[in-house]
Amino acid sequence: MNALTYESPGSLDEAVKLLAAAKGNAKVLAGGTDLLVQLRMGMIKPAMIIDIKKIPELTAINEENGGYRVGASVSGAVLGEHDGMKAAWPGVVEAFELIGSTQIQGRASMGGNLCNGSPAADAVPAMIAADAVCTIAGPNGRREAKVEDIVTGPGQTSLANGEIVVDFLFPARPARSGDAYLRFIPRTEMDIAVVGAGISLTLDDAGVCTDARVALGAVAPTQLLLQDGAAALIGSKLDGAAMEKLDAAARAACRPITDKRGTIEYRIKVAGVLARRAAKIAQQRAEG
Amino acid sequence: MTVESKKYKWVGTSPVRPDGNDKVTGRAKFGADLMLPGMLTGKVLRSPHAHANIKSIDTSKAEALPGVKAVITSADVAELESEWVPAGELQLNFRDLAHNIMANGKALYDGHAVAAVAATSAAIADAALDLIKVDYEVLPHVIDVEEAMEADAPVLHADMFTDGVTPKPTKASNIFKEVDIAVGDVEAGFAKADLVVERSFKTAPVHQAYLEPHAAVASFSEDGQAELWCCTQGHFVVRAYCAKLLGMDIADLRVTASEIGGGFGGKTTVYLEPVALMLSRKAGKPVRAVMTRDEVFRASGPTSGAASWVKVGVTNDGTIVAGEAILKYQAGAFAGSPIQPGCMCAFAPYDIENVKVKGYDVVTNRSKVAAYRAPGAPISEHAVESVIDEIAKKLGMDPIELREKNAAREGTNAAYGPKFGVIGFADTLAAAKAHPHYSAPLGPNQGRGVASGFWFNIGGSSSATVNVNEDGTLALATGSPDIGGSRASMAIMAAETLGIEVTDVRPIVADTASLGYTFLTGGSRVTFATGMAVIEASKKIALELRERAAKTWDISVDAVIWEDGLAKPAGANAGDFEPLTLADLAAKANQTGGPISSAASLNAEGAGPGFGTHICDVEVDPETGAVKVLRYTAVQDCGQAIHKAYVEGQIQGGAAQGIGWALNEEYIYDEKGRLDNASFLDYRIPVASDLPMIDTVIVEVANPTHPYGVRGVGEVPIIPPMATVANAIDSAIGIRLTELPMSPPRVLAALDNGS
Repeated sequence: MNALTYESPGSLDEAVKLLAAAKGNAKVLAGGTDLLVQLRMGMIKPAMIIDIKKIPELTAINEENGGYRVGASVSGAVLGEHDGMKAAWPGVVEAFELIGSTQIQGRASMGGNLCNGSPAADAVPAMIAADAVCTIAGPNGRREAKVEDIVTGPGQTSLANGEIVVDFLFPARPARSGDAYLRFIPRTEMDIAVVGAGISLTLDDAGVCTDARVALGAVAPTQLLLQDGAAALIGSKLDGAAMEKLDAAARAACRPITDKRGTIEYRIKVAGVLARRAAKIAQQRAEG
Repeated sequence: MTVESKKYKWVGTSPVRPDGNDKVTGRAKFGADLMLPGMLTGKVLRSPHAHANIKSIDTSKAEALPGVKAVITSADVAELESEWVPAGELQLNFRDLAHNIMANGKALYDGHAVAAVAATSAAIADAALDLIKVDYEVLPHVIDVEEAMEADAPVLHADMFTDGVTPKPTKASNIFKEVDIAVGDVEAGFAKADLVVERSFKTAPVHQAYLEPHAAVASFSEDGQAELWCCTQGHFVVRAYCAKLLGMDIADLRVTASEIGGGFGGKTTVYLEPVALMLSRKAGKPVRAVMTRDEVFRASGPTSGAASWVKVGVTNDGTIVAGEAILKYQAGAFAGSPIQPGCMCAFAPYDIENVKVKGYDVVTNRSKVAAYRAPGAPISEHAVESVIDEIAKKLGMDPIELREKNAAREGTNAAYGPKFGVIGFADTLAAAKAHPHYSAPLGPNQGRGVASGFWFNIGGSSSATVNVNEDGTLALATGSPDIGGSRASMAIMAAETLGIEVTDVRPIVADTASLGYTFLTGGSRVTFATGMAVIEASKKIALELRERAAKTWDISVDAVIWEDGLAKPAGANAGDFEPLTLADLAAKANQTGGPISSAASLNAEGAGPGFGTHICDVEVDPETGAVKVLRYTAVQDCGQAIHKAYVEGQIQGGAAQGIGWALNEEYIYDEKGRLDNASFLDYRIPVASDLPMIDTVIVEVANPTHPYGVRGVGEVPIIPPMATVANAIDSAIGIRLTELPMSPPRVLAALDNGS
């Protein structure tokens, strides 16, 4: 019988040391809502579990230069009650809160949602649209990376051995900005995104979009950041023509698969629909 | 016709459920909750192939692993004769049952049990399973029912020669039997029709999706006697099946039904129970085996997937002159789909002169189907009710009025044989038509559908005992596992019969050694049949109490009446005595003849057929194909509701499962025939937020053969929803969907194609 060791270090340095020393045989436990399922299903057989929830900076939310730094282990339930994040980044909060049930929300973390590497992770398109930057701690110290640079394929990340995502920085927002995330699932909850669309945008006083980021989930091996999608919005008032361009950009970017959750044709079509709908919600939020 | 419910004190009310507290607090003991000293963990090794010859199984390494106490394979399972026995609404073959609990020579589906181990821990049991080496020769497989019927399909059973065909075929096939039902002359009927509509339909296999996985704890003694604790809908049936499979005398096996977390028909057969017993017999220790959700989906029965074709002819005034159907039902790996009831129910709600139904029972490489709420009926009635709706549209007739015009009534000869007695189908139609839901306004992209359903309901063998406790409270035992509120209903019927407080009755489900044989909980039979046993046992108690009072007063028993929970002199001539309560009589029981108890066993006949009519409003998202159920009303003739809230719950639960069947539930297989969605994540039953509050209307047209008019309630409500939802979608988007589930990709594709 293989033994499984559980560690719950109180500091990041200690956690990084344990993780690096395990040489790939350890798994980081934040909320555990993916990890424990994988363990139970026999998909992974780690020798060590490193619980990072006892490390203070991983569960903190701090204001920083008008933006917010959110610890990688902060749960959906905690973020969902944070007035500052809800006001500044409602799309990020709503995306994170879509994950699982009430019980899962008490545990699930954005760090875990990202590092699990699922193309369908709900929080990730919203974080990418938000231009969030994560801090990564590793044996060689700390570094920063854009969220869109973390996931490299299904279950794969760009993290090196011993590296742990510490927190996410959501930058300060210009006035008249808004974001939104929509996903399609066949049910109303307790499901995995068939398509996800996160959009963040800023409007000028005349209602013209001056800045936008468009991200899609579940339509390619990784989340996608759509330059063409942003270009479709910037300079427009999100009128019909802009919406059609956005729809076309979203459809063009998709590289989905047919699986039990959706077909290629369906995912492509719905990606365009959700991008349009999310853009309209973000616009309404930007207009206040 | 509504029963005068005012005359009842308890019948038709909703007292606190006797099983409620323990379920809410988590104290209730389910199948996996029994712990015995020295108990081992049993686990099952399952085939990863849809169809494969098992060339050899090497268990030596598993047996050598420290902590492993027993390993079994089909070599440990006695070979049984092919013998069909009644099993609720279906039939069961003991040879097939033996081969299903442990594959014999051939694995017939992904998840088919091939070996089992008992070990001192779950981890050791898992490690032992990994050490069992099975040499498979993978064979071509077939899942789809119509593909399985093709001449060149891979054949599952070399000895299957279709029954019901003359002359009997000489070539083996996957068609176990053909079923034919015919009345009148359909060709002549269609010739008279002004309008004929025919359509083909497909429905997906759907699982009963009970929340509690199968679980069993078995303990074999050195003297050859055994005890079994399991979650089941029928512990007497489990006892019979296990005794047969293990070659035991029935007296040597005592089975206790645990609390049960849902069954819906799926827990009317055995999977783990005989395996746990065999492991315990071999290991000499108690063994507990519990399925994972993955195992539940892969290895326990869903209901059939099916292909259907229906043709209905009407005259311009809406009279249905002919109905014809061809139904092809998947049985799974072994014969025995619910094709027979499917064929019988197809046109049962209607008074049609000419009916012809042909059915096929077809084996395929997936788990053997098990009963699921009104087995067979939802599939065939979905097809017929969809066509009826289309006819109403084409005739420009209100769909309820079209049904009313053709509804079976008292005296109608049902297409499947008998003449209907008192039935309430027309009453459900009238109640649906009069319901505010039916005339409420609809918005854009919204539509309304209506459909009906019929189910026989059954009676059968039941037993009950009543023991009067020393303080006058009652212990009421039946042999019916409580899957839908039967303890509450039994307590109500005992209290009503004896005129006492319902809280003075403690209902339990007793084990197989403690009272007379009781057939399983299924066929909507328990409130009807076991209820009759409870009423009879209670009446015996009333008689006994009159005798005790007569003895106390030293008068004739005929001079004593039992009324409102009291023994009273029958009249002034009988004498002037203070009435005696049950508590008075119980306290003096030893002076009047000893403890007071009774038992009743009966075979209940005269089950009352059930009908329901449902109304559903949907909104279809034209860009994603998502269907939202906005409003749902289920009308049903229950004969008489005993525990009203439980009856409403049954109707709501059936409707919810039917909506899941309609919209999202399906078995998805990969190209190798392996089940790809064996979890609640990807096998999508509706969650609470998917559904509106389901409004229920209980129609009460009393069943004259039951003392309180009970018909049964649990199965009818799953029959109408699939057609109700399909008809609502057609009303919203003008497109008739004929394949279930009507999932968003399918609806969007239909919208894009315009058909």
